[in-house]
Amino acid sequence: MRIEHELHARRRSRNVGLGLVLLAFVALIFALTVVKVRQGDLMEAYDHQPRVSLTPLDTPAGAPAEETPAGVPAEEAP
Amino acid sequence: MTDINAYDASPEGEFRDYVALLKPRVMSLVVFTAFVGLWVAPGQVHPFIGFCAVLFIALGGGASGALNMWYDRDIDAVMNRTRSRPIPSGRVQESEALGLGIVLGTISVMMLGLVANWFAAGFLAFTIFFYAVVYTVWLKRSTPQNIVIGGAAGAFPPMIGWACATGGIGIESILMFMLIFVWTPPHFWALALFMKEDYHRAGVPMLTVTHGRRSTRRHILAYAVALAPFAIGLGLTSIGGPLYMAVSVVLNVAFLRGCWQIFRRSEDQAIADDYAVEKRVFRLSLYYLFLHFLALLVQSWLGGW
Repeated sequence: MRIEHELHARRRSRNVGLGLVLLAFVALIFALTVVKVRQGDLMEAYDHQPRVSLTPLDTPAGAPAEETPAGVPAEEAP
Repeated sequence: MTDINAYDASPEGEFRDYVALLKPRVMSLVVFTAFVGLWVAPGQVHPFIGFCAVLFIALGGGASGALNMWYDRDIDAVMNRTRSRPIPSGRVQESEALGLGIVLGTISVMMLGLVANWFAAGFLAFTIFFYAVVYTVWLKRSTPQNIVIGGAAGAFPPMIGWACATGGIGIESILMFMLIFVWTPPHFWALALFMKEDYHRAGVPMLTVTHGRRSTRRHILAYAVALAPFAIGLGLTSIGGPLYMAVSVVLNVAFLRGCWQIFRRSEDQAIADDYAVEKRVFRLSLYYLFLHFLALLVQSWLGGW
Protein backbone atom coordinates (compact mmCIF):
# COMPACT_ATOMS: atom_id res chain seq x y z
CA MET A 1 0.00 0.00 0.00
CA ARG A 2 1.35 3.45 -0.91
CA ILE A 3 1.16 6.09 1.72
CA GLU A 4 0.57 9.56 0.28
CA HIS A 5 3.24 12.04 1.16
CA GLU A 6 2.03 15.17 2.93
CA LEU A 7 3.46 17.26 0.11
CA HIS A 8 0.96 15.75 -2.31
CA ALA A 9 -1.93 16.55 0.01
CA ARG A 10 -0.83 20.20 0.02
CA ARG A 11 -0.56 20.23 -3.77
CA ARG A 12 -4.02 18.68 -4.12
CA SER A 13 -5.44 21.31 -1.78
CA ARG A 14 -3.99 24.04 -4.03
CA ASN A 15 -5.18 22.40 -7.25
CA VAL A 16 -8.72 21.76 -6.02
CA GLY A 17 -8.94 25.27 -4.54
CA LEU A 18 -7.75 26.94 -7.74
CA GLY A 19 -10.07 24.76 -9.83
CA LEU A 20 -13.07 25.78 -7.75
CA VAL A 21 -12.08 29.47 -7.93
CA LEU A 22 -11.80 29.29 -11.73
CA LEU A 23 -15.15 27.51 -12.04
CA ALA A 24 -16.78 30.12 -9.82
CA PHE A 25 -15.24 32.88 -11.96
CA VAL A 26 -16.64 31.35 -15.15
CA ALA A 27 -20.10 31.05 -13.56
CA LEU A 28 -19.86 34.64 -12.36
CA ILE A 29 -18.97 35.99 -15.82
CA PHE A 30 -21.81 34.01 -17.37
CA ALA A 31 -24.35 35.29 -14.84
CA LEU A 32 -23.03 38.82 -15.24
CA THR A 33 -23.43 38.62 -19.02
CA VAL A 34 -27.04 37.47 -18.63
CA VAL A 35 -27.81 40.33 -16.23
CA LYS A 36 -26.10 42.95 -18.41
CA VAL A 37 -27.87 41.79 -21.59
CA ARG A 38 -31.24 41.77 -19.85
CA GLN A 39 -30.61 45.32 -18.63
CA GLY A 40 -30.12 46.33 -22.26
CA ASP A 41 -26.55 47.52 -21.81
CA LEU A 42 -24.55 48.29 -24.92
CA MET A 43 -22.90 45.09 -26.06
CA GLU A 44 -21.20 46.43 -29.20
CA ALA A 45 -18.08 48.53 -29.37
CA TYR A 46 -17.34 51.14 -32.02
CA ASP A 47 -15.19 49.58 -34.72
CA HIS A 48 -14.66 52.67 -36.91
CA GLN A 49 -17.71 51.89 -39.06
CA PRO A 50 -20.84 53.79 -37.94
CA ARG A 51 -23.93 51.59 -37.66
CA VAL A 52 -27.56 52.20 -36.77
CA SER A 53 -27.30 50.06 -33.64
CA LEU A 54 -24.71 52.48 -32.22
CA THR A 55 -26.65 55.72 -32.77
CA PRO A 56 -27.75 57.45 -29.57
CA LEU A 57 -31.07 56.28 -28.20
CA ASP A 58 -32.23 59.82 -27.42
CA THR A 59 -32.80 60.84 -31.07
CA PRO A 60 -36.16 62.71 -31.12
CA ALA A 61 -39.07 60.61 -32.31
CA GLY A 62 -39.79 61.20 -35.99
CA ALA A 63 -36.42 62.81 -36.69
CA PRO A 64 -34.56 61.02 -39.46
CA ALA A 65 -31.44 59.33 -38.10
CA GLU A 66 -28.29 60.43 -39.91
CA GLU A 67 -26.84 57.40 -41.59
CA THR A 68 -23.73 57.04 -43.61
CA PRO A 69 -24.27 55.09 -46.83
CA ALA A 70 -22.75 51.65 -46.60
CA GLY A 71 -19.17 51.54 -47.75
CA VAL A 72 -18.63 55.32 -47.55
CA PRO A 73 -16.26 56.51 -44.80
CA ALA A 74 -17.98 58.87 -42.32
CA GLU A 75 -15.73 61.84 -43.14
CA GLU A 76 -16.56 61.62 -46.87
CA ALA A 77 -20.33 61.38 -46.43
CA PRO A 78 -22.34 64.46 -47.62
CA MET B 1 17.48 6.43 -5.73
CA THR B 2 15.05 9.06 -4.59
CA ASP B 3 15.00 10.23 -1.02
CA ILE B 4 11.53 11.43 -0.18
CA ASN B 5 12.88 13.26 2.86
CA ALA B 6 14.45 15.77 0.50
CA TYR B 7 10.95 17.28 0.05
CA ASP B 8 10.22 17.73 3.72
CA ALA B 9 11.47 21.31 3.87
CA SER B 10 9.56 22.26 0.72
CA PRO B 11 7.97 25.70 1.00
CA GLU B 12 4.88 24.63 -0.94
CA GLY B 13 1.79 25.90 0.81
CA GLU B 14 -1.81 24.78 0.94
CA PHE B 15 -4.67 26.70 -0.67
CA ARG B 16 -5.53 28.32 2.66
CA ASP B 17 -2.03 29.82 2.88
CA TYR B 18 -2.74 31.79 -0.28
CA VAL B 19 -6.11 32.83 1.14
CA ALA B 20 -4.31 34.00 4.30
CA LEU B 21 -2.18 36.32 2.12
CA LEU B 22 -5.37 38.26 1.34
CA LYS B 23 -5.95 39.08 5.05
CA PRO B 24 -9.52 37.71 5.26
CA ARG B 25 -10.29 39.49 8.54
CA VAL B 26 -9.49 42.88 7.02
CA MET B 27 -11.53 41.86 3.97
CA SER B 28 -14.61 41.32 6.15
CA LEU B 29 -14.51 45.01 7.18
CA VAL B 30 -14.04 46.02 3.54
CA VAL B 31 -16.99 43.86 2.44
CA PHE B 32 -19.31 45.26 5.10
CA THR B 33 -18.48 48.95 4.66
CA ALA B 34 -18.42 48.74 0.85
CA PHE B 35 -21.80 46.98 0.92
CA VAL B 36 -23.29 49.69 3.13
CA GLY B 37 -21.83 52.42 0.87
CA LEU B 38 -23.45 50.75 -2.13
CA TRP B 39 -26.74 50.05 -0.39
CA VAL B 40 -27.40 53.53 1.01
CA ALA B 41 -26.42 55.32 -2.23
CA PRO B 42 -29.25 56.79 -4.29
CA GLY B 43 -30.27 54.91 -7.42
CA GLN B 44 -31.04 51.31 -8.23
CA VAL B 45 -28.35 48.69 -8.61
CA HIS B 46 -29.20 45.18 -9.76
CA PRO B 47 -28.58 42.83 -6.78
CA PHE B 48 -26.18 40.64 -8.76
CA ILE B 49 -24.25 43.68 -10.03
CA GLY B 50 -24.06 44.90 -6.42
CA PHE B 51 -22.83 41.48 -5.26
CA CYS B 52 -20.12 41.42 -7.93
CA ALA B 53 -19.08 45.00 -7.16
CA VAL B 54 -18.60 44.22 -3.45
CA LEU B 55 -16.79 40.98 -4.35
CA PHE B 56 -14.26 42.78 -6.55
CA ILE B 57 -13.78 45.62 -4.06
CA ALA B 58 -12.99 42.92 -1.46
CA LEU B 59 -10.65 41.19 -3.92
CA GLY B 60 -8.85 44.50 -4.47
CA GLY B 61 -8.49 44.84 -0.70
CA GLY B 62 -7.11 41.29 -0.57
CA ALA B 63 -4.62 42.09 -3.33
CA SER B 64 -3.28 45.06 -1.38
CA GLY B 65 -3.02 42.76 1.67
CA ALA B 66 -0.86 40.33 -0.34
CA LEU B 67 1.37 43.18 -1.55
CA ASN B 68 1.65 44.41 2.04
CA MET B 69 2.70 40.95 3.23
CA TRP B 70 5.24 40.74 0.41
CA TYR B 71 6.88 44.05 1.28
CA ASP B 72 6.68 43.60 5.06
CA ARG B 73 8.11 40.06 5.11
CA ASP B 74 11.23 41.22 6.99
CA ILE B 75 9.16 42.94 9.72
CA ASP B 76 6.73 40.02 9.91
CA ALA B 77 9.60 37.60 10.55
CA VAL B 78 10.69 39.61 13.60
CA MET B 79 7.37 40.22 15.37
CA ASN B 80 5.68 37.48 17.38
CA ARG B 81 2.17 38.22 16.12
CA THR B 82 3.13 37.97 12.45
CA ARG B 83 5.87 35.33 12.54
CA SER B 84 3.49 32.56 11.47
CA ARG B 85 2.24 34.40 8.36
CA PRO B 86 2.66 32.45 5.09
CA ILE B 87 5.87 34.16 3.87
CA PRO B 88 7.96 34.32 7.07
CA SER B 89 6.95 30.76 7.93
CA GLY B 90 8.22 29.65 4.50
CA ARG B 91 4.92 28.21 3.24
CA VAL B 92 4.61 30.75 0.42
CA GLN B 93 7.47 32.20 -1.65
CA GLU B 94 7.97 35.98 -1.76
CA SER B 95 7.61 36.08 -5.54
CA GLU B 96 4.33 34.16 -5.32
CA ALA B 97 2.85 36.75 -2.95
CA LEU B 98 4.00 39.60 -5.21
CA GLY B 99 2.58 37.89 -8.29
CA LEU B 100 -0.71 37.09 -6.55
CA GLY B 101 -1.06 40.70 -5.36
CA ILE B 102 -0.41 42.20 -8.79
CA VAL B 103 -2.62 39.73 -10.68
CA LEU B 104 -5.56 39.93 -8.25
CA GLY B 105 -5.25 43.72 -8.09
CA THR B 106 -5.40 44.00 -11.87
CA ILE B 107 -8.31 41.54 -12.14
CA SER B 108 -10.30 43.29 -9.42
CA VAL B 109 -9.87 46.77 -10.99
CA MET B 110 -10.71 45.59 -14.52
CA MET B 111 -13.71 43.58 -13.35
CA LEU B 112 -15.06 46.43 -11.21
CA GLY B 113 -14.81 48.70 -14.26
CA LEU B 114 -16.78 46.22 -16.36
CA VAL B 115 -19.30 45.41 -13.61
CA ALA B 116 -19.98 48.93 -12.29
CA ASN B 117 -18.17 51.91 -13.80
CA TRP B 118 -14.63 53.11 -14.48
CA PHE B 119 -14.74 55.84 -11.88
CA ALA B 120 -15.22 53.22 -9.15
CA ALA B 121 -12.51 51.06 -10.77
CA GLY B 122 -10.06 53.99 -10.78
CA PHE B 123 -10.92 54.63 -7.15
CA LEU B 124 -10.17 50.98 -6.31
CA ALA B 125 -6.85 51.17 -8.18
CA PHE B 126 -5.94 54.28 -6.20
CA THR B 127 -6.87 52.53 -2.92
CA ILE B 128 -4.64 49.54 -3.72
CA PHE B 129 -1.81 51.93 -4.66
CA PHE B 130 -2.36 53.96 -1.50
CA TYR B 131 -2.20 50.96 0.83
CA ALA B 132 0.57 49.05 -0.94
CA VAL B 133 2.84 51.96 -1.89
CA VAL B 134 1.98 55.13 0.05
CA TYR B 135 1.34 53.37 3.37
CA THR B 136 3.39 50.15 3.25
CA VAL B 137 6.45 51.34 1.32
CA TRP B 138 6.68 55.06 2.13
CA LEU B 139 5.07 55.84 5.45
CA LYS B 140 4.89 52.78 7.67
CA ARG B 141 8.59 52.75 8.46
CA SER B 142 9.19 56.49 8.38
CA THR B 143 6.60 58.26 10.55
CA PRO B 144 4.70 57.54 13.78
CA GLN B 145 1.65 59.00 12.02
CA ASN B 146 1.64 55.87 9.81
CA ILE B 147 -1.62 54.65 11.34
CA VAL B 148 -3.35 57.96 10.65
CA ILE B 149 -2.47 58.08 6.96
CA GLY B 150 -2.73 54.34 6.43
CA GLY B 151 -6.24 54.50 7.87
CA ALA B 152 -7.32 56.24 4.67
CA ALA B 153 -6.87 53.01 2.72
CA GLY B 154 -9.34 51.25 5.03
CA ALA B 155 -11.72 54.20 4.77
CA PHE B 156 -12.09 54.20 0.98
CA PRO B 157 -14.31 51.07 0.52
CA PRO B 158 -17.66 52.75 1.39
CA MET B 159 -16.75 55.56 -1.02
CA ILE B 160 -16.03 52.98 -3.73
CA GLY B 161 -19.34 51.25 -2.98
CA TRP B 162 -21.10 54.62 -3.28
CA ALA B 163 -19.23 55.32 -6.54
CA CYS B 164 -20.40 51.97 -7.95
CA ALA B 165 -24.02 53.08 -7.55
CA THR B 166 -23.71 56.78 -8.41
CA GLY B 167 -20.62 57.04 -10.58
CA GLY B 168 -19.20 59.79 -8.36
CA ILE B 169 -18.77 61.05 -4.81
CA GLY B 170 -21.06 62.98 -2.49
CA ILE B 171 -21.01 64.60 0.92
CA GLU B 172 -22.44 61.35 2.33
CA SER B 173 -19.63 59.22 0.96
CA ILE B 174 -17.01 61.72 2.14
CA LEU B 175 -18.46 61.61 5.66
CA MET B 176 -18.48 57.78 5.62
CA PHE B 177 -14.80 58.00 4.67
CA MET B 178 -14.10 60.46 7.49
CA LEU B 179 -15.91 58.22 9.97
CA ILE B 180 -13.49 55.34 9.35
CA PHE B 181 -10.47 57.58 8.74
CA VAL B 182 -10.70 59.42 12.08
CA TRP B 183 -11.82 56.27 13.93
CA THR B 184 -8.72 54.26 12.93
CA PRO B 185 -6.05 56.05 15.05
CA PRO B 186 -7.78 55.83 18.47
CA HIS B 187 -8.84 52.25 17.69
CA PHE B 188 -5.30 51.17 16.84
CA TRP B 189 -3.51 53.18 19.54
CA ALA B 190 -5.80 51.73 22.23
CA LEU B 191 -4.58 48.32 21.01
CA ALA B 192 -0.96 49.50 20.91
CA LEU B 193 -1.17 50.57 24.56
CA PHE B 194 -1.87 47.06 25.83
CA MET B 195 -0.38 44.84 23.12
CA LYS B 196 3.16 46.18 23.55
CA GLU B 197 4.28 44.72 20.23
CA ASP B 198 7.96 44.56 19.39
CA TYR B 199 7.60 47.23 16.67
CA HIS B 200 10.74 48.90 17.93
CA ARG B 201 12.83 45.83 17.18
CA ALA B 202 11.20 45.62 13.74
CA GLY B 203 12.08 49.27 13.05
CA VAL B 204 8.49 50.51 12.78
CA PRO B 205 8.02 53.89 14.50
CA MET B 206 4.92 53.56 16.66
CA LEU B 207 3.55 56.53 18.56
CA THR B 208 3.80 54.62 21.87
CA VAL B 209 7.55 54.23 21.28
CA THR B 210 8.50 57.50 19.56
CA HIS B 211 6.38 59.93 21.60
CA GLY B 212 5.67 57.87 24.71
CA ARG B 213 2.52 56.43 26.20
CA ARG B 214 1.38 59.72 27.79
CA SER B 215 1.34 61.37 24.37
CA THR B 216 -0.50 58.37 22.88
CA ARG B 217 -3.24 58.76 25.48
CA ARG B 218 -3.58 62.46 24.54
CA HIS B 219 -3.76 61.57 20.85
CA ILE B 220 -6.52 58.99 21.49
CA LEU B 221 -8.69 61.61 23.22
CA ALA B 222 -8.01 64.25 20.55
CA TYR B 223 -9.06 61.91 17.74
CA ALA B 224 -12.17 60.77 19.62
CA VAL B 225 -13.20 64.44 19.96
CA ALA B 226 -12.53 65.04 16.25
CA LEU B 227 -14.46 61.90 15.31
CA ALA B 228 -17.80 62.80 16.93
CA PRO B 229 -18.76 65.70 14.57
CA PHE B 230 -18.20 63.54 11.49
CA ALA B 231 -20.21 60.64 12.92
CA ILE B 232 -23.11 62.85 13.99
CA GLY B 233 -22.85 65.06 10.90
CA LEU B 234 -23.43 61.98 8.76
CA GLY B 235 -26.81 61.67 10.46
CA LEU B 236 -27.83 65.08 9.09
CA THR B 237 -27.31 64.07 5.45
CA SER B 238 -29.74 62.33 3.11
CA ILE B 239 -28.69 58.88 4.36
CA GLY B 240 -29.18 59.75 8.05
CA GLY B 241 -32.32 59.66 10.13
CA PRO B 242 -33.63 59.42 13.69
CA LEU B 243 -32.42 55.87 14.28
CA TYR B 244 -28.90 56.55 13.02
CA MET B 245 -28.76 59.76 15.02
CA ALA B 246 -29.82 58.03 18.26
CA VAL B 247 -27.28 55.21 17.75
CA SER B 248 -24.53 57.67 16.85
CA VAL B 249 -25.11 59.94 19.86
CA VAL B 250 -25.07 57.00 22.30
CA LEU B 251 -21.94 55.46 20.74
CA ASN B 252 -20.07 58.76 20.64
CA VAL B 253 -20.87 59.55 24.26
CA ALA B 254 -19.67 56.08 25.30
CA PHE B 255 -16.53 56.31 23.15
CA LEU B 256 -15.64 59.81 24.34
CA ARG B 257 -16.14 58.70 27.94
CA GLY B 258 -13.83 55.71 27.42
CA CYS B 259 -11.16 57.81 25.70
CA TRP B 260 -11.40 60.41 28.47
CA GLN B 261 -10.74 57.62 31.01
CA ILE B 262 -7.72 56.46 28.96
CA PHE B 263 -6.45 60.05 28.93
CA ARG B 264 -6.83 60.42 32.69
CA ARG B 265 -5.03 57.19 33.60
CA SER B 266 -1.36 56.92 34.36
CA GLU B 267 0.70 54.00 33.13
CA ASP B 268 0.96 52.66 36.70
CA GLN B 269 -2.82 52.59 37.06
CA ALA B 270 -3.11 50.79 33.71
CA ILE B 271 -0.53 48.17 34.69
CA ALA B 272 -2.27 47.66 38.05
CA ASP B 273 -5.52 46.49 36.42
CA ASP B 274 -3.84 44.93 33.36
CA TYR B 275 -5.04 47.64 30.95
CA ALA B 276 -8.71 46.92 31.66
CA VAL B 277 -9.93 50.33 30.41
CA GLU B 278 -7.77 50.26 27.27
CA LYS B 279 -9.04 46.77 26.43
CA ARG B 280 -12.65 47.84 27.02
CA VAL B 281 -12.29 50.91 24.79
CA PHE B 282 -10.66 48.82 22.06
CA ARG B 283 -13.63 46.40 22.11
CA LEU B 284 -16.02 49.35 22.18
CA SER B 285 -14.30 50.86 19.13
CA LEU B 286 -15.03 47.68 17.16
CA TYR B 287 -18.74 47.91 18.05
CA TYR B 288 -18.63 51.67 17.38
CA LEU B 289 -17.79 51.27 13.72
CA PHE B 290 -19.91 48.19 13.12
CA LEU B 291 -23.01 49.70 14.73
CA HIS B 292 -22.65 53.01 12.89
CA PHE B 293 -22.67 51.25 9.53
CA LEU B 294 -25.39 48.84 10.63
CA ALA B 295 -27.49 51.85 11.68
CA LEU B 296 -26.98 53.39 8.22
CA LEU B 297 -28.14 50.15 6.65
CA VAL B 298 -31.27 49.88 8.81
CA GLN B 299 -31.99 53.60 8.42
CA SER B 300 -31.88 53.27 4.66
CA TRP B 301 -34.34 50.39 4.90
CA LEU B 302 -36.66 52.36 7.20
CA GLY B 303 -36.33 55.62 5.26
CA GLY B 304 -34.50 58.75 6.36
CA TRP B 305 -35.58 62.18 7.53
